[in-house]
Amino acid sequence: MWEQIRSNQIRSVVLTIGMGALLILIGYFLGLYFFDSAFAGLVIAILVWVILSLVGYFQGDSLLLTMSRAKKIKRDDHPRLYNVVEEMKIASGLEKMPNIYIIDDPALNAFATGRDPNRASVAITSGLLQKLNRDELQGVIAHEISHIKNRDVLLMAMCSILLGTIVLLAWYGSRFLIFGSMTGSRRSSSSGGGGQAQIIILVVSLVFMILAPIMAQLIYFAISRKREYLADASAALYTRYPEGLASALEKLGTSTGQLKSANKATAPMYIINPFRKKGMKASDLSSTHPPISERIRILRAMAGASFNDYEQAYHQVHRGGTGVIPAASLAAETVPIATIKLEGEASEPNEIQRARETSDVMWRLSNYNTITCDCGAKLRVPPKFKEPIIKCPHCGRTHQV
Amino acid sequence: MLAGIIIGIIVGVLLIIFLIIYNGLVRRRNQVKNAWAQIDVQLKRRYDLIPNLVETAKGYMKHERETLESVTKARNLAQQASSAGAGERAKAEGELSSVLSHLLAVVENYPDLKANQNFLALQEELASTENKISFSRQYYNDSVLRYNNQTQMFPSNIVASMTGFKASEFFEVTLAAEREAPKVSFSQ
Repeated sequence: MWEQIRSNQIRSVVLTIGMGALLILIGYFLGLYFFDSAFAGLVIAILVWVILSLVGYFQGDSLLLTMSRAKKIKRDDHPRLYNVVEEMKIASGLEKMPNIYIIDDPALNAFATGRDPNRASVAITSGLLQKLNRDELQGVIAHEISHIKNRDVLLMAMCSILLGTIVLLAWYGSRFLIFGSMTGSRRSSSSGGGGQAQIIILVVSLVFMILAPIMAQLIYFAISRKREYLADASAALYTRYPEGLASALEKLGTSTGQLKSANKATAPMYIINPFRKKGMKASDLSSTHPPISERIRILRAMAGASFNDYEQAYHQVHRGGTGVIPAASLAAETVPIATIKLEGEASEPNEIQRARETSDVMWRLSNYNTITCDCGAKLRVPPKFKEPIIKCPHCGRTHQV
Repeated sequence: MLAGIIIGIIVGVLLIIFLIIYNGLVRRRNQVKNAWAQIDVQLKRRYDLIPNLVETAKGYMKHERETLESVTKARNLAQQASSAGAGERAKAEGELSSVLSHLLAVVENYPDLKANQNFLALQEELASTENKISFSRQYYNDSVLRYNNQTQMFPSNIVASMTGFKASEFFEVTLAAEREAPKVSFSQ
């Protein structure tokens, strides 16, 4: 398990260096063209990147959680969710309990964030929380916890910042380049004989400015997709029950709602792509996530719950091609899928009960006071309500606030 | 002179390799200890939950005195075995797990009890604690496997035997009943 984390880190580092090289090339061409000095361009590019990275490193998780309007919950707010997260924390051997957030959104999605395993957070939308039964919830949370455990979260955050810097510089660079050459007001070089060379640099720079963001995005997507497969495999290993995640993904796949608070840069953080379209092809290069149907098929084809089984299932679905899990971690023997489930789960709440439960939590988190009337109606008292007594609109009984 | 330098370098390299392996062994052993502590926490939590559960269920389950008593008895036995080794303890805890799952199955016949909010909360806690026990056991056994592999495989076994690292015991539940229990899914 540790070998696979390490080997994945190496692979990701190589890809990240590729992106870094793109950034440096952009800085080089920008500098060459605007300041007649490649060095100045490099300094600007790296400065922009360092500033964005520092902000991302220290503020990234709180920014992301604030942007998605996530609300932090305590154990008593939603015992079942808290317990499931704690179970997965134990199964993965994570040392510290991650913070749990709920996003008040009917769309179905979840993500993990935090720069290291000791400072991690897991967020889930209220829609997903009420849609999933316990096994499925466990699968989703296991997937998110493995992102934390495999240290994908920081890597993906840093990669998305690198990508953002490249896109930003290329966008402004190409605009200046185009308008600069049209009006002819570009700073001319000191020597007169450089006309030919200037045009060549202009063309090369322009082509590069257009290609760099696309290339960076492809690299980014490649990193992201590998990580998704690995997180699925780890989730199966932690829960010993791949069907849980498979059936959760099935529910996620049939939903059509898009998450309001997601954007392109944060997309890879989520369990499924928040901007997905239906009928995506398996070979789609421009996606942060593998197609859901494919992930489900792999999970369902697993004969056991180990990485080895995931790898075999992956090959069954794909027929050839390179695997998703590095060979070093495949030595482990087959792990059987759990068949032991407590009878206690028989009385698990159904979807309507879960929906009520979740809406109770959301009202409470918005500081609303809930009074249950004897007639069965629930009165939601807003925090600004001043009267000492409230009357039930359904049966007319009065209640103390 | 040259021979002396070469021997010195070889000894230095061997010493560094020795230290790296030794530190690796210590890390693995600590991981096993931590994992064991994790199981312990969850088992203790179960001891605390059972009396509450039995107390709440008592009023509703007049005809199940035997079941309730067997749960209490198994709990006390397991608590007594908690200072024993992993093997013996696992047996007592496995026994407790199986009487508990029997109790929770019987509860299905008592709709009044199932409607009790307090009981539902306890049941969720207990079910989750059961899960946590099996997940911490799973993690413990994985850690033990990795640690034992390292104490037995070349070249780390040399360092292990020199510095007194012994293989750890697995936490196995050998109850046939638990092994054969089918997967129950009541979704929707």
